[in-house]
Amino acid sequence: MSTNEQRVAEIVAEHAAREGAMMPILHDVQHEFGCVDAAAEAVIARELNLSRADVHGVVSFYHDFRETADARPEVQICRAEACKARGVEALIPAAEKAAGDRVRLTTVYCLGLCSAGPSARVGDRLHARLDASGLADVIEAAR
Amino acid sequence: MIVRISDDALARALGADELAETFANKGHEVQRTSSWGMHWLEPLVEIDGTGFGPATIADVDAILAGSSDKAIGEIVEHPFIARQQRLTFARAGQTRPTSLEDYAATGGWSGLERARRIGGTQIIEEVTASGLRGRGGAGFPAGIKWKTVAATPGEQKYIVCNADEGDSGTFADRMLMEGDPYALIEGMAIAGEAVGADQGYIYVRSEYPDAIRKLEQALALCAEVIAPFRCEVRVGAGAYVCGEETSLLNSLEGLRGEVRAKPPLPAIEGLFGKPTVVNNVLTLAAVPHILGEGGSSAYDALGIARSKGTMPIQLAGNIRHGGLYEVAFGITLRELVYDVGGGTDSGRPVKAVQVGGPLGAYLHPDQFDIRFDYEAYTEADALIGHGGITVFDDTADMGAMARFAMEFCAAESCGKCTPCRIGSVRGVELIDRIRAGGRRADAVEALPVMHNAPKSGRLPEQEIGLLTDLCETMKFGSLCALGGFTPYPVMSALKNWPEDFMPGREGAVRKVLDRNDA
Repeated sequence: MSTNEQRVAEIVAEHAAREGAMMPILHDVQHEFGCVDAAAEAVIARELNLSRADVHGVVSFYHDFRETADARPEVQICRAEACKARGVEALIPAAEKAAGDRVRLTTVYCLGLCSAGPSARVGDRLHARLDASGLADVIEAAR
Repeated sequence: MIVRISDDALARALGADELAETFANKGHEVQRTSSWGMHWLEPLVEIDGTGFGPATIADVDAILAGSSDKAIGEIVEHPFIARQQRLTFARAGQTRPTSLEDYAATGGWSGLERARRIGGTQIIEEVTASGLRGRGGAGFPAGIKWKTVAATPGEQKYIVCNADEGDSGTFADRMLMEGDPYALIEGMAIAGEAVGADQGYIYVRSEYPDAIRKLEQALALCAEVIAPFRCEVRVGAGAYVCGEETSLLNSLEGLRGEVRAKPPLPAIEGLFGKPTVVNNVLTLAAVPHILGEGGSSAYDALGIARSKGTMPIQLAGNIRHGGLYEVAFGITLRELVYDVGGGTDSGRPVKAVQVGGPLGAYLHPDQFDIRFDYEAYTEADALIGHGGITVFDDTADMGAMARFAMEFCAAESCGKCTPCRIGSVRGVELIDRIRAGGRRADAVEALPVMHNAPKSGRLPEQEIGLLTDLCETMKFGSLCALGGFTPYPVMSALKNWPEDFMPGREGAVRKVLDRNDA
């Protein structure tokens, strides 16, 4: 999906009066369209009276914002120190196999469930104490 | 029957919602409370003070019949809870997080009421007297920061809560925001009262959806109580470096989360150039207690030397009894890892403990007598950071962990300063070469015209010398703690476990390190 210019302008208008409106705007655009593409950046720049470079600089800085949408479901797997200590690295090959081309696996550095790793996130749903089969179930259930 | 089950993200990730639904379907009243912090027992079911955990749906009938083998007895008498000194987490496990009624019934808002009576100067005096230091990592005295903001002229001032808890092995901010959001909000309102700020922002990382939701609910419910102070949640976007205060301020302003050079201090020119208090969640949440009657001297009486009060310590990684353990400063690492934590979860020997998140040093079991104290850790070339303790068993490859520290720094560097941006990439390459046994001269070095280039390549010992130099440069030349502290895990791993870098040639590693020390 690409962004709809009119809708992006509406989102900007909703937040424009707030202090530091940029991040809330980008989150809403990302949430609605699955990306903040060049067309959206141009609209945001115009409405906030910034250069397109200013907006692109912000979008490209943060891991959460994508420049193109990906329709596949996303499963985030924590691979930071605490989850490594609990063996997440050994689960990765099987997870990649379970994901195949259908699911996008991404690495996240810490979901804050460090005493009960390995952990994963799908949307706003968290999973902890995963073993190989638990993680495979999470990946297979991801929609 | 009243059944209490936590709605903390960790309990929910382990099936607490489904468990609660099962009890409700059987006709019982389910109260969703904050978590006690005994994570190995989550989901923990509490009926009349007795705990059952870790509970699954299959255990429900036995729990109701009183015959479950998951019973752990009275929760408050459990050794993990009974030995703690909970001030910041006094309500953990006992109240419904967003219930104003529960908060008021447990002493909530009394700190704010008293703060309003005694006024800014007195508030700052009491916070200073309590000895409270910033719990985010740097340990800067909170009272002095507040005093600077109060003394700086300005019509608009801000209170910013740093809730960008990105360190692996830490989750106390998350638990506090999800379990006792009003304590944080009250602390911010008191800070506002102290310095003359009427607007607050809580910058929460996007990896914490539950904390964001609960804070927004809580803020909507208590708007009248904290008025004229106003507060808003702002959500980060996956950048670890935004936990650094100046980078966080840039992000709040809608800019790239790049670190700012200091001075000017945020206390003088912070958010939108205005005087700003930036404090961590735990710092602000400790304030309501301190502002209670006699709170500041009670806080000062706890702890040792210049580390006063309590620290919510997070036991994480490969540990049997992981969770939140709030205790006065001074406890040794040995007590934390073995007596409280019960050793590793895998049952294997402890190999290393990382204290203070991804930028903290790896400590060897030989160093476990170290006491939890800001200065003691600094002296040992380590840091307390945000109080996270990550335990590794003997299967851990410390060379790989050192490489990961550099890799993480490369992935998360904001790019503003060279030692961090380039140094981290070179660091990964160097560690790879050390582990591969050095490197041969490359095609360019081998050219006859390259008179000064060594023709024999480089030995791993020489690469270690380079890595040591690189770490020195990063430590002293980086703008913020990301590049500046990444050398701690790298060098501590190299010093303590040379066999994981050059198997069978530990002596050679030590020789290079000793020469560099001299």
